[in-house]
Amino acid sequence: MSSVLHPPDASALQAGSMLPEPWVVVSRLEENADTFTIELRPAEEGTLRPFAPGQFNMLYAFGTGESAISISGSPENSDTRVHTIRRVGTVTSALDRLAPGDTIGLRGPFGSAWPIEELPGRDLVFVAGGIGLAPLRPAILHALAHRKDYGRIVILAGARSPEDLIFHDELLEWKEEPDVEVKLTVDRAGIDWYHHVGVVTTLIPQADFDPANAVAMVCGPEIMMRFTAVELNKNGLPDSRLFVTLERNMKCAVGICGHCQFGPEFICRDGPVFRYDHIHHWFSQREV
Amino acid sequence: MSTTLEPLLRKHPLFSGFDDDSIHLITSCAKNVRFHEGDLVAKQGEPADEFFLIREGRIAMEMPSPQGLMRLQTSDAGDVVGWSWLVPPYDWHFDLRAVSNVRAFSIDGRCLRNKCESDPRFGYTMMKRFSKMMADRLEATRLQLIDIYGAPADTTAP
Ligand SMILES: Cc1cc2nc3c(=O)[nH]c(=O)nc-3n(C[C@H](O)[C@H](O)[C@H](O)COP(=O)(O)OP(=O)(O)OC[C@H]3O[C@@H](n4cnc5c(N)ncnc54)[C@H](O)[C@@H]3O)c2cc1C
Repeated sequence: MSSVLHPPDASALQAGSMLPEPWVVVSRLEENADTFTIELRPAEEGTLRPFAPGQFNMLYAFGTGESAISISGSPENSDTRVHTIRRVGTVTSALDRLAPGDTIGLRGPFGSAWPIEELPGRDLVFVAGGIGLAPLRPAILHALAHRKDYGRIVILAGARSPEDLIFHDELLEWKEEPDVEVKLTVDRAGIDWYHHVGVVTTLIPQADFDPANAVAMVCGPEIMMRFTAVELNKNGLPDSRLFVTLERNMKCAVGICGHCQFGPEFICRDGPVFRYDHIHHWFSQREV
Repeated sequence: MSTTLEPLLRKHPLFSGFDDDSIHLITSCAKNVRFHEGDLVAKQGEPADEFFLIREGRIAMEMPSPQGLMRLQTSDAGDVVGWSWLVPPYDWHFDLRAVSNVRAFSIDGRCLRNKCESDPRFGYTMMKRFSKMMADRLEATRLQLIDIYGAPADTTAP
């Protein structure tokens, strides 16, 4: 078991280019009021490239524009690509209007990945906030598909309210898997909610993992990841075994345009998955 | 009964480091309680004469809101529930409800308050431990308030 962990090098994983290729919408599922999942298959042969959990594609809604969207489906033997998207503006609203049979442009996959394949024997702690569960899902599915390769698996998911939680039914299914601990929490709930209420960081002290061996993968808004890191540190897990994924507005996705610069890093080229101690310094600075 | 409670209370982080006399006193103020799923554990506005150390199960803090009764925080095994016993006017500020079957220690707040008054060293230690708990809760509540899962504002270079 190597003691120094790194996200797999993005340059070794880059498969996408500047040219979008046509993909067809196969299915569409509402996750909640503003989030939906679409499944895509390539319209042309030879454009289905393998991806690693944590990587993203650039999805191009024709006539509107492109957005970076993480792959949320299983990395195992799939001939489709799944994306879970929250409608926030122009492009994501155009993607929201897509129906099965429609065609979009896709470039990718891009970026670095969760170091999931480097972690045999480790306890895995996944901490997700809101739509942050989407980029973690391929890593979770990989870990569950190779269950015996890992130690304990802990999945902590937080959302604003029960209605905002994505993959709700699947989370409850994962909870039934042997030696998998799933804890759900929301900021506020009605009296029919039997899970936790409180911010996701409050689940960390209750979670059953060995801090001397565990690796945490965290995805959510930056402020949530910052407080999660503090709580994981308090519970004995160092920044060097903590991975986060960052989002910045992205244009080229191939490290040229500089739109996604974060301190000295380009998120598309060096990220989006980073080892926390490598970027910790920039995390605490505003306007970076 | 106190002989069975004592070792468990001594091990609880809230009471770690207390001398034997203090542990004996705490034990004499403590009893085992059980609640069934759905039971009202404490009612807003009523005297807060006790607090709870949860041993098993989950208790929710509930408050009326314009959307109806809301759950704003839950506590689980190992958690301490209630600090109103320590702060005048010693009334519950919210309802507490058992979300599942619950086993807990109930500690008599009046009994501990008397000890805090008569033994300032003990009282100061209790205050420090409850202040820490309140500060942690306040920080968690602030994070709930700022909507940490919301979509971020634009952090993009133009
Ligand atoms: C590597 C990466 C992976 C991503 N994965 C996903 C995913 O799996 N699912 C998903 O729904 N979204 C994901 N995003 C965010 C997504 O790219 C943006 O929400 C989308 O580009 C917004 O485009 P728009 O035209 O709809 O919104 P705009 O009209 O451009 O903006 C609307 C609002 O969203 C904000 N915004 C725009 N882009 C971003 C961004 N990149 N990050 C944060 N806020 C932004 C703007 O500040 C504005 O307030 C990811 C981003 C990156 C960089």
